[in-house]
Amino acid sequence: MSLDLLLPAVVNGLLTGGVYALVALGLTLIYGVLHIVNFAHGSLLMVGMYAAWMLATWAGIDPYLALPLVGVLMFGIGWALYRGVIGRVSRGQDQAILLATLGISVILNNLALVLFSGDGRTIDTSYSFSTLELGPLLVSVPRLISFACALVLAGALWAFMSRTETGRAIRAVAREPEGARLMGIRPERMFALAYGIGIACVGASACLLLPTFYVSPQVGDSFTLVAFTIVVLGGMGNFPGALAGGLLIGVTESVGGVLFGEQLGQLGVSAVFVIVLLVRPAGLLGRASG
Amino acid sequence: MRHWLPVLIAVLAACVPLVAHSHFLVNLATLTVFSAFLGQCWNISGGFGGLTSFGHAAFFGVGAYADAVIQTRWGISPWASLPLAVVLGAVLGAAIGFAASRAGLRGSYFALVTLAVAEVLRVIASASPITQGGLGILIKLNVTPGNFQFSDDRVFYGLAFLMLALSMAVAQWLTMSRFGTQLAAVRENEDAARALGVAIVRTKSAALALSGGLTALGGVLYVQMFLYVDPNIAFGADRTVEMLLVAMIGGAGTVWGPVLGAILLHVVADTSRIAIDAPGFAPMLYGVILLLIVGFLPKGVAGLKGWFVRA
Repeated sequence: MSLDLLLPAVVNGLLTGGVYALVALGLTLIYGVLHIVNFAHGSLLMVGMYAAWMLATWAGIDPYLALPLVGVLMFGIGWALYRGVIGRVSRGQDQAILLATLGISVILNNLALVLFSGDGRTIDTSYSFSTLELGPLLVSVPRLISFACALVLAGALWAFMSRTETGRAIRAVAREPEGARLMGIRPERMFALAYGIGIACVGASACLLLPTFYVSPQVGDSFTLVAFTIVVLGGMGNFPGALAGGLLIGVTESVGGVLFGEQLGQLGVSAVFVIVLLVRPAGLLGRASG
Repeated sequence: MRHWLPVLIAVLAACVPLVAHSHFLVNLATLTVFSAFLGQCWNISGGFGGLTSFGHAAFFGVGAYADAVIQTRWGISPWASLPLAVVLGAVLGAAIGFAASRAGLRGSYFALVTLAVAEVLRVIASASPITQGGLGILIKLNVTPGNFQFSDDRVFYGLAFLMLALSMAVAQWLTMSRFGTQLAAVRENEDAARALGVAIVRTKSAALALSGGLTALGGVLYVQMFLYVDPNIAFGADRTVEMLLVAMIGGAGTVWGPVLGAILLHVVADTSRIAIDAPGFAPMLYGVILLLIVGFLPKGVAGLKGWFVRA
């Protein structure tokens, strides 16, 4: 394997990994605060991608400009899903939440199949294939923009969680729901908010992925596994872990694709997932506890 | 009162091939019985053992591919590959059970790891030349009983019926045996069960081996009925969702739950296809039903029994 092939694969992997990290941040936030393993994560990403695709195709709005709109829309959907379905159905049981999010995912995937048929869809932008020469490397412009946007949004999310009153309230509820209640915070409201923010991350990622990716009803399933791999790798609920895990998985997937071909390359991600879960369930950065 | 109902259902089901002569009815009955069987397979580990698996398609696919590959590559009769398929399914189940319980994975983590195992197998089947990748394996039509191919559909009904009976017997045994009681103890409270001397790793592995072996048997029957398998049919998430749903609708951890679940699910899915025949519509209803069951009937339809008997 020559360096000429490997280096671009690493750079490309890092760029994609940045967006993966944003998807995973949403997942890890939801886990960290609500202790919910959100199986509907990938399906909601798919919904966001269709939203961005419709805006681009029918209204001519560029996905990057549509990002705030899709983000807000997905926040609303996430908030409503928690209020209307997950919070109601779960009664705080792990298994019920698991099955409820699985049910949501099945509904969304098949709804998309009914509405849009199974074909993969893409959008045409003037910059889809434009590249930038960075020394010896050719870097895809939309991927670079998406990477930068993902990092900025991750930073904004971190600032929100650590610097604002609402962010502190969410973290308080995550730590100690009863104590937070005594301080006048309503846990249920914070849970819905956190789920909404997590899904808004997914909506933003959808816009960042669309210029270089396709959307189909099944596209979410592969992202669900990728996002879980990242989150497990970084430790469930661990913020910097999700960021590092995202970049690592992006590179693993991209280098794996170059070394073993597109299809077997996916195997790397799933293999990492199974091995980490079995050997270090707390994640690479997590404390070793059962 | 309690004992005649199951007997009646069994007798009625056994009479189906005598009464139904149309292909449509026999196929409907076969697929319903087959669903009930697969649901019972999931129920053995997922319901009785509380091991919520999101990857039972892994066992189904291993059985299906073992059967398809062995007969197309080496021309060996499917009857000979059948036991091998079952053993492979059981070994995979035991391995997952062993690794997952050694690592202390429970609940969501267990669901995730089983999902990932099915996904790994799907990717391998899509890429490997042995399984002919995404093209899938088509089995030559050669209708002789020695080839496990029958001109009469009702033979497949009979086989599905026998398999369901076998899985029901296993489920019944779980309600009465020492092993079943240990499994229930592990499901209800793992720490307490360990304190009482139940071997956690062994119990979980055994439950998954039992469930995995039976599910692989289902994979064999599927391939012989449809003479085709591809990575999505074998390892796709839809298979797992249907198995889980059949068990959950009827009542997870009950002997008759999967039978009830399969009947209800097929009634709903098939009538919905008559109303709206768009791809994805019936599976979408599956999702809605799953939410309703989790929300309103966590013990499934079997949980309603108490209403009728006591109220």
